[in-house]
This record gives sequence, structure tokens and C-alpha cells, in this order.
Amino acid sequence: MTAKCAIELTVNEKRYEGLVEPRMSLADFLRDQLGLTGTHLGCEQGICGSCTVLFNGETVRSCLLLAVQANGGTILTIEGLAAKSNAGDSLHPLQQGFLETVGFQCGFCTPGMLMTAYELLNENSSPAEDEIRERLSGNLCRCTGYQNIVAAVLWAAERLRAQSDR
Amino acid sequence: MEEALAALQRNNPEGKILAGGQSLLPLLNLRLAKPKILVDLNGISSLDGIREAQECISIGAMARQSTIERSSLVRERCPILAEAMRHIGHVAIRHRGTLGGSLVHADPAAELPAVAAALDAKFEVARGGMDRVIPANEFFIDYLTTALEPDEILRQIVFPVLGPSCGYALEEITRRHGDFAIAGVVAIVDLDDAGKMAEARIALFGVAPTPVRVHKAERALLGQEPDDNAIRDAAALVQDVLDPPGDIRGSSGYRKHVAAILTARALKRAVQICRARRIS
Repeated sequence: MTAKCAIELTVNEKRYEGLVEPRMSLADFLRDQLGLTGTHLGCEQGICGSCTVLFNGETVRSCLLLAVQANGGTILTIEGLAAKSNAGDSLHPLQQGFLETVGFQCGFCTPGMLMTAYELLNENSSPAEDEIRERLSGNLCRCTGYQNIVAAVLWAAERLRAQSDR
Repeated sequence: MEEALAALQRNNPEGKILAGGQSLLPLLNLRLAKPKILVDLNGISSLDGIREAQECISIGAMARQSTIERSSLVRERCPILAEAMRHIGHVAIRHRGTLGGSLVHADPAAELPAVAAALDAKFEVARGGMDRVIPANEFFIDYLTTALEPDEILRQIVFPVLGPSCGYALEEITRRHGDFAIAGVVAIVDLDDAGKMAEARIALFGVAPTPVRVHKAERALLGQEPDDNAIRDAAALVQDVLDPPGDIRGSSGYRKHVAAILTARALKRAVQICRARRIS
């Protein structure tokens, strides 16, 4: 057993400290130590994308990043997404979009879809449908509800554009 | 860097280097690899960075794939490298995945080893104060195996900048976007003022334990008009030299067949790009 390491990181604008084994993944740290279970673990090998979070502003697979590697970093998880809504809404336009278009069935992949789409819309406020599909190709939905997921992202993009025009 | 080299030396050969973690961490999670010691190179800032030098671009081994993909310097001077990045996994993978990590992992189906082979890249390697340079044609030894010793660290990779009119293309076949290639090819060409082939490089991936340069086909193209016949003949030569392994994603015969088709496609596109660049 390796000695535990002290880590300190900012998750959803809140400072956290933890004591972790070096082998613990960021995903396990978020879920098991911080209780932020909105980040879902599907495959644990970087394929399914459901554990996607933002690390220092970029999407990463939290199952493929060790918690000790995130030391000192800034994390955004699904629990912090609504607070990123700039109009003071209770949901982020992406979350609202998934509701409006029924962009989920079982919901397991949804947190990863939302975080991936969040990064896309930050980079490009008017993505074409094929750009959305390419970006979401790293996130698997085994209910195969992709049509409505793509529609949700388009809905959110439009809402965000309307908000920034105001 | 000294600390990392010392840790590898102390634990030779049990130490394992952790770069971007996009191949190693799945192996750890699945308990397929159980290294005694992990030496994490993240945080060694001297291993980052994209620098322009005389007739070449040198890129730190820990430069992230997404950084290289977006680099205007790389897009301008070494466009095939930026193009290859788009085919690696997905954006979230490329944010963490590194150039050096992919090259050292040396998956036969990976794009970057073939790009390095096509460009005759040079690998600058550090071992406890002793640096050495390994050319691409000596770097990839076998399936998931490179010339790197267990106590060595890949410091940076030097890509020669080819002529400004060179045309580049990467073609591959995958089950879905971002999957590992079943077969793929990197083609680089240049034309002379008469429109004849002055430079031809063909490197395949996914068809052998290491990337394959097909010099025979490259030589056959030199001095030729790059028309359909010449390209078809070159693709046939590629098909002749390959003896790809078969697996669940494609039989040996299938890989051989598509390798020839992809080679022809890549050569055609590279020639088109070269012609367009010569006009502009």
C-alpha cells in the first residue's frame, strides 16, 4: 500500500482538500470522496465518455486522470453546470435543451454529453449538426437517442445566441 | 527531468512512464498492466512546447495532441501532423493525450508513428545525462515496442519541414470516427515545374507490427506524371509488399485490399493539394 497524498482542488468554484491513494482516479475521488455522483462511470477505459468533466477548462475523461494529477487544478462537473447559466436561470440552456427535446432516455450518458457539448458551445456558438455529431462521437448513448441529443445541443446553441444578443 | 530520470534508473526496469495516460490508464484500470512504479512526466515544463528551428519543427514529447492540432505553426509548416491529430480518439482524449506518449506506445494502428515514419522524424532521447537521437526508421521495432530503453525518456521529436508546395494526405478506414484504424496511410508528394513527381513518401499503419514505408512504390513514382495509371501502379506495389495480420476487425486479405485503395486515394488527394499549393 502506497502512502496517501494530500491534494487540494477547486470543484465547481468550491475549494476541496482530500487524502488519496496515488492510484485513485479523479472520477472515484469526485464520486466517493466528494459525493459528486453526477459524474458517471461507465467503461472506466476512456471509451464511453460518461465521466467527462472539465479540467482547467478542457474536457477530460475523469477515469483516465488520477486524482493526484488534478492537484491544484480547477474542475467543473455536471453539478456546477447550472451555475454557468448566464441569465440566472435554474438550469443551463443545455440542460433545458435536453428537457425540451427529450435528449435522454435512461440518462446515464447525459452528464458526459452535457460537459462535452458545453465545451463545444464555448468554442463555437453556432455549430453545424455534423460538427455536433463529430464532437459527441466520443460519448456513447446505449439507448441510442442521438437524434434528440443533437437536437438538444442545437436548441441550447440557439438559446445561448439569443441570450447574448439581448 | 533529472528527478524523473533518476527514478527510472533506480527502478529499472520496473518503472513505467506516465504521459497523457490515455493508453496506460485504461490498461491500469483493467489491471492488464501493474507497474511497480509510475513516473509521471506531467509538470516537467521542458517537455512541452512547439519550436521552430532551421528547416524543422521540434515538439516536446509531452505536448498535448489538441495543442498541436490547433497550433498555427504546425498547420502551416507541418500540416500532416495537425491533420493526423483529428483522427486520434476524441477531443477529450486529445486534450490529455501527448505526441510522445502515442509514439512511444507504438500501437500499430496509431496515426502518429506513420506520420513520423513518413517525415523521417528524429527522436531525441534522454538517459541520465546521456542524450541520443534515434531516427524514425530505427525507433519502431515491433508491436508496442520501440528502441527506447526502460530508463530513457523521449525528450522531443524533430520533424523536418518539407518544401512549401508539398501535398499531404492521410486516409484511413475505421468502424466509427475516432476508433483505431483497421488500415491507414500517410502520403506526401511534391511535383516539379513540369508537373512530374519530385518527391513521394508512403507510410502505412494498421497493416504490420510497425509503420511501413514502401520505398519501392515511392521510387516507382519519381519522375512520373501523377496520373491514374502511375498511382494505380504505386498502390499495386504497396499491396504486393504487405502481409498484414488478420483479426476480429479485418482479415489479412481485407487489410491488403483496402491498403491499396487508401494508398491510391491518399496519393490522389496529396497531388491535388500539391497542385493547388503550387498555383497559389
